[in-house]
Amino acid sequence: MSARGKNLAAAGLLALGLGMMALGLWRGEATVVWRKAAQICLECIGLA
Amino acid sequence: MPEKKLPRPAGTGRKRPAAARLRLGVQLGWSALTNGYLAGFVQGKIYTGPAKSLCVPGLNCYSCPGALGACPLGALQATVGSAGYQMAFYAVGFLMAVGAVLGRFVCGFLCPFGLVQDLLYRIPLPGKKKKGKLLPGDRVLRKARYVLLVVFCLLLPMAAVDVVGQGSPWFCQYVCPSGTLLGSVPLLTANAALRSAIGPLWVWKMALMAVLLALGTLYYRPFCRYLCPLGAVYGLFNPVSLYKIRVDEAACIRCGRCRAICGFDIPVWQRPNSPECIRCGRCVEACPTGALRMGFSVHRRPTRYDLAP
Ligand code: SF4
Ligand code: SF4
Repeated sequence: MSARGKNLAAAGLLALGLGMMALGLWRGEATVVWRKAAQICLECIGLA
Repeated sequence: MPEKKLPRPAGTGRKRPAAARLRLGVQLGWSALTNGYLAGFVQGKIYTGPAKSLCVPGLNCYSCPGALGACPLGALQATVGSAGYQMAFYAVGFLMAVGAVLGRFVCGFLCPFGLVQDLLYRIPLPGKKKKGKLLPGDRVLRKARYVLLVVFCLLLPMAAVDVVGQGSPWFCQYVCPSGTLLGSVPLLTANAALRSAIGPLWVWKMALMAVLLALGTLYYRPFCRYLCPLGAVYGLFNPVSLYKIRVDEAACIRCGRCRAICGFDIPVWQRPNSPECIRCGRCVEACPTGALRMGFSVHRRPTRYDLAP
């Protein structure tokens, strides 16, 4: 793939990623993440 | 393939080159900034504010007492394993967006666990023994991170669910040494109630972490090369990411110095955007002809070879 093609692919992936993030936010996924991250994760620290 | 003896280029002597010092500064600064909740370390608790819903790019356990954001791999497992969600658009989109721009620059500059391993690798071995680059069985072992990504971060959290449809974060639970070192160790040190819950799983995770850290003093970043699913994801983006290494074919003399200095033994002139490359920039510093260029721009820097009469 040419350098230009690679840059275009990266731009496309960036746009797709941002779009997916927006969709995830709309579905309320950030709340799921917050609920997990704002409590001590017992699995992460090896207690559950 | 070495072909020609050249004088040692600037920046590869005993003194650490400016770029390496800058990288260490960025690694330390970023890790401190994203893990700046100091009260957590003192009181044995974690930050619970709204920033915890935002992902940080590196492997940064959200149960680290200082963590101000969320680990993207933890976020991925939490969402795919969450009853009623299964798909993780937010976490996958984040990984895709960061990967498309930076690729594994994240590993070289923005990951606290990568920093830990870089520091371990600096510990000198007794008798000035030489450090290794790749573990025996490297070709096969390298695939393990993809298995961990697919099986432990996606399939098991999605499929092995309890009666209410809730899955577990299998990678965090059974493997992640970042959670053990940066989460478990400081939390349990400061929190007696948590210490009283120690069991066999904790012993397993501590043992695994100890082995990986010990290996990290002998080999360059063994966890990153063989086991990290996050590095595996970002590595897939390396060939196209906007931040990349470019080789000036006309200037490259195939001396092999880039490969010799690379911690992962990458023949940079052949595979400048290998999925293994963490964009540390050591090869760029070492190249005697300035044939390697790393960054968002495409221009080759002029070197003393260009300027020579
Ligand atoms: S491979 Fe994983 S642990 Fe290593 S630097 Fe990258 S994200 Fe961090
Ligand atoms: S190829 Fe260069 S930038 Fe990549 S890991 Fe090796 S030395 Fe670092």
